[in-house]
Amino acid sequence: MTDSASTSKVDASFSQLLSRKPTNLWQDAWHRLLKNRASVLGMCVIGFFALLAIFAPVIAPYTALAVPLPSNTLRQAAWVNTGNPATTGDWRFPLGTDTVGHDVLSQVIWGARTSMVVGFIPMVLIITLGTIIGLISGFAGGWVDNFLMRLTDVVYAFPDLLFFIIVMSALRDTPIGALLNGLFLLFAALSIVNWVGVARLVRGQVLSLKEKEFVEAARMVGASNARIMLRHILPNSLAPIIVVAAFLIPGAILTEAFLGFIGLGIRPASDPSAIFQTSWGMLLLWGKDAIRGQPWLLFAPAICIALIMLSFTFVGDGLRDALDPMMKGTN
Amino acid sequence: MLRYVIKRVLTIVPVILGVSILVFGFIRVIPGDVATVMLGERATPENVARIREQLGLTKPLYEQYLIFMGNALRGDLGTSVLRGEPVTQEIIRRFPATIELTLGAILIALVVGIPAGIISAVRRGTWFDSLSMLVALTGVSMPIFWLGLMLILLFSVFLHILPTGARLDGATRFEPITNLLLLDSLLKGNIGIFFQTLRHLALPAIALGTIPMAIIARMTRSAMLEVLNQDYIRTAHAKGLKERAVVINHALRNAWLPVITVVGLQVGRLLSGAILTETVFSWPGIGRWLVDAIYARDFPIVQGVTLFIAIIFVGVNLVVDILYAWVDPRIKFE
Repeated sequence: MTDSASTSKVDASFSQLLSRKPTNLWQDAWHRLLKNRASVLGMCVIGFFALLAIFAPVIAPYTALAVPLPSNTLRQAAWVNTGNPATTGDWRFPLGTDTVGHDVLSQVIWGARTSMVVGFIPMVLIITLGTIIGLISGFAGGWVDNFLMRLTDVVYAFPDLLFFIIVMSALRDTPIGALLNGLFLLFAALSIVNWVGVARLVRGQVLSLKEKEFVEAARMVGASNARIMLRHILPNSLAPIIVVAAFLIPGAILTEAFLGFIGLGIRPASDPSAIFQTSWGMLLLWGKDAIRGQPWLLFAPAICIALIMLSFTFVGDGLRDALDPMMKGTN
Repeated sequence: MLRYVIKRVLTIVPVILGVSILVFGFIRVIPGDVATVMLGERATPENVARIREQLGLTKPLYEQYLIFMGNALRGDLGTSVLRGEPVTQEIIRRFPATIELTLGAILIALVVGIPAGIISAVRRGTWFDSLSMLVALTGVSMPIFWLGLMLILLFSVFLHILPTGARLDGATRFEPITNLLLLDSLLKGNIGIFFQTLRHLALPAIALGTIPMAIIARMTRSAMLEVLNQDYIRTAHAKGLKERAVVINHALRNAWLPVITVVGLQVGRLLSGAILTETVFSWPGIGRWLVDAIYARDFPIVQGVTLFIAIIFVGVNLVVDILYAWVDPRIKFE
């Protein structure tokens, strides 16, 4: 490639390179990410749902528990004309109402709140826990490493769905299960299952990085173990951790949706001022029962879940491509 | 090889122990009196006492665990509280339905995934490649139960082509032999039942097979691409071999290994996936039964089925690992 280029061309691109503002690795990665159209689209969709989640009380026409149209009529989506004034669509309820008379659109908007929280908070917990354990395991070596890695083997081999089912069905009615409408328990269960992958990844990074010259140099000038770990090794293993984090979020959202769907998700709120009132998983469960009478109760959350999953997959793929140059040589 | 097999078999001991403790512990951490919780409205003092006796809750904890494990090792997974049926027998009766569903899903994943991956690799950059990889990416991010619901909506509710669930039409009477209905209908020479079973199996198997199909397609494509860049492929082309011969005899044969691994990994996952699929399609396998038991708070069933699925899961992964080490000798030296 280089030998075929003419000298003047090389000179031109070289001076261009010199005149460019200095950028660091993260800025480069960010620019590469912005060039990936699918990722940008994904980020927009995620941003949209994040806004819905934050401003749900302002955006949603009703609270998720409000019954603006108490009836058993199953009003259809606004553009549907059934001929019957009781069930024909009404723009006050764009996506219709469910069997109880809840507004479907409001339910979906409130559900976004639960899903976004379920996506992000466990991700933070998992990354923190996994990184700490991975750092310790890789740095300490010996029996500590051995013990921690055998522990990851056990957790890894356990079918995670069964673990969620056991934990949620056993502890759902305890005081722990009631914290934050059951979200606390869900966060805990997700963290217990998922820290393993992150810990193994970080350990692998530490093992390869701690032999590098810059770590040796840091040790020579008398840096403490803690300093080497946090200031030298951790920043250099951030790129793969970020990619894993991007894929953890849709996994957690999906788990919540599934648990909600089999009736083991968050507990339905009874207080209209509750922060988390419903979830997409719960809506799917109700929507499945009303599949013929009110398809939008199923469609709406289903479309939202599909959109958000795809968006995170796009962003995760984009992040991996964008960060890849930095990952070279670390594995 | 033997050393590796022994080492690998030993690693499942702590896993099985961990699973058993978790499964054993779960009904004992439920707040309040388990017997009362399970019986709900029927919690008369006599009933509560009977259940406590049946579950052995009156004995000290370590003794309860030893009895539980002893029984499990002898194949006794307890008795359903509501119906009084032995859990092991019910599992034997229902597991064939789960197997049939899982095999159907694997078949779909292989038959569609591998050719799609090969063609995408050979015709890299064409519309077929872009389209199939877009479908694969979408497939990977579609939740099984979501896809299942959408399939029901499209094919059953709107188009009325396929049934929404169950293994046979409601009115059909059929006395199964092995409870693998496709096999049984052939054994009895009943072609009508065979096709009815197929129609019922189609949607659940597609729903369950889509994720592995997408993963297999992506894996086959990247494995093939790697091989297609090798010198010996160029040599084969240079010799004047036909495209088909190069792809199948030279490239595919060397791309098999990563594909086999992925297929193996997916088999273990299909079991968890079957729980979701069975729930959506009212498929009378063990996954559906587990979820029903959770609703009914019939904890001995939950305990038994969970332990059973976990053991199958661990066992399948073990077999896959050993097979893989056998196919690729480098593995065991890792």
